[in-house]
Amino acid sequence: MNTWANIKTIAKRELGAYFSSPLAYVFIVIFLLLCGFFTFMVGGFFERGEASLTRSFFDWHPWFYLFLVPAVGMRLWAEERRVGTLELLLTMPITTWQAIVGKFLASWLFLGLALVLTFPIVITVNYLGTPDNGVILSGYIGSWLMAGAYLAISCITSAMTRTQVVSFIVSVVVCLFLILAGFPPVVRFLEGWASPWLVDVVTSFSVITHFEGFQKGVLDSRDVLFFLSLIGFSLFSTSVILRGHRAG
Amino acid sequence: MIKVENLTKLFGAKRAVDGISFTVERGEVLGFLGPNGAGKSTTMRIITGFIPPSSGRVSVGGFDMVENPIPGKRLIGYLPENAPAYTDMTVSGFLGFAAEIRGLRGEAKTKAVNRAVEMCFLQSVLHQSVETLSKGYRHRTCFAQSIIHDPEVLVLDEPTDGLDPNQKHEIRSLIRRMGEKKAIIFSTHILEEVDAVCSRAIIIDRGRIVANGTPPELRRRSDWAGAVTLRVNGMVATAVKEKLSQLRTAKKVVAEAQGQRITATVFPRTAGDQDLTREVLEATRSWQVEELHTEEGRLDEVFRSITLPDTVKEETK
Ligand SMILES: Nc1ncnc2c1ncn2[C@@H]1O[C@H](COP(=O)(O)OP(=O)(O)O)[C@@H](O)[C@H]1O
Ligand SMILES: [Mg+2]
Repeated sequence: MNTWANIKTIAKRELGAYFSSPLAYVFIVIFLLLCGFFTFMVGGFFERGEASLTRSFFDWHPWFYLFLVPAVGMRLWAEERRVGTLELLLTMPITTWQAIVGKFLASWLFLGLALVLTFPIVITVNYLGTPDNGVILSGYIGSWLMAGAYLAISCITSAMTRTQVVSFIVSVVVCLFLILAGFPPVVRFLEGWASPWLVDVVTSFSVITHFEGFQKGVLDSRDVLFFLSLIGFSLFSTSVILRGHRAG
Repeated sequence: MIKVENLTKLFGAKRAVDGISFTVERGEVLGFLGPNGAGKSTTMRIITGFIPPSSGRVSVGGFDMVENPIPGKRLIGYLPENAPAYTDMTVSGFLGFAAEIRGLRGEAKTKAVNRAVEMCFLQSVLHQSVETLSKGYRHRTCFAQSIIHDPEVLVLDEPTDGLDPNQKHEIRSLIRRMGEKKAIIFSTHILEEVDAVCSRAIIIDRGRIVANGTPPELRRRSDWAGAVTLRVNGMVATAVKEKLSQLRTAKKVVAEAQGQRITATVFPRTAGDQDLTREVLEATRSWQVEELHTEEGRLDEVFRSITLPDTVKEETK
């Protein structure tokens, strides 16, 4: 009944917290600069001579997010615990689950906003050629889902500690694993000695493997499900950790 | 309104709360006293549903705080220890958030915020960031948050901690006034607050209730309760002491001379014995008594005598 209202109130507060500090703006600027620089300078956007963002733009996202998303998510719970506001929040007439979802959604929207602000790149590619905008949209959707998965992992690590830096480092390590499990050089190395089914199992955990389809414009329900279940599982783990702290 | 039954909380092997039971009704202000580490905050965290008990039950307004905590939480206003508040918000933003999460919107929200701001004297810092507030203002901001929805139950963990004497006075009179219509439980280790605010007090030590009663009742448990102090002129201290020691209900006499004047205190055999005063009056009829009064008993002494660690108690005997 008022579940949604509670989630909205929490999310609104959390978003306000981002924009009340210069950090949010710094984050967005860094993200946009990285996107611009890697797409046009490193990604060889012009040299490729194709009207597409698949390789030049989206290929970098798993790596940008590796550092940026844990930085966005690290304060979510660690700061509440450090300052003691967690006690305030969890004694208000809301469920822990509503608080978790509200906070997650706020940060996810914030990441979505940063992503939307890369629109000049889309305009550029449309100006220079005639790309398939459906493929680009699918890339954006996949990228946002991937950011959500990283963010949910950052939620877990943030709930585990009162120190934001610790949360940051641990989530970078976990996310790095999720990338490397499908990173071509690593996969090639694995194929050298492991049996094919093991390679399949490992790569099936990778965000890169599941992002690939989105980049090509293929919206596979299995890929969507992968990201959504990673988010769901991580948020559930967050609730278990929060409950564990309180039980003493 | 608040019902606590056999509450126990273990942290590892440590019993922070050990079989506590009590109730608080509407119109009551219950003072929760005890030395540091006695288990006051832990008990309050369980009452407000922040942490679950290891065993025992808590209900607020009839709602169990473990099985169905949300309706109970709606009734409670809570000021946690150290008065935490979101440092990245302004005072008005923070109070607005507190009102919204309590389901207040639009006009009702504005009204609630204004009321809380007025009651806690926050007008001058309304648009200031919580981060830059002085400790007293931060404390009052968190206090304002706890009363924003005019709750029926208030749980206040050391509400006057870190305030200056004027602010302490304001908060105490606020609690006393609100106590007429609400069920309030507040913890403190300042004993003067008990007299100033509470209708009843519980003293806990190492997780157990060691005393429970109205402030006068508690005071009567002190050795000083019923003791008679008098000032006499023109006598020798030893004579005064000897004469008073012979009284039937006297246990001990302490006498001390300051020039011509002797100040003596007679302690009763049983604390709070009213007969002692009468006896002293009779025995001293022919003396030059300047002043004589009966002690009501001293809370600090009660507090110290029942909350001391056992080892220290042995030594003082
Ligand atoms: N989260 C916790 N983990 C372990 N021990 C705790 C925790 N919280 C409180 N304690 C212990 O429980 C005891 C009671 O603490 P507390 O309720 O804060 O006392 P008070 O508020 O009366 O000073 C203390 O010995 C404290 O160290
Ligand atoms: Mg305490």
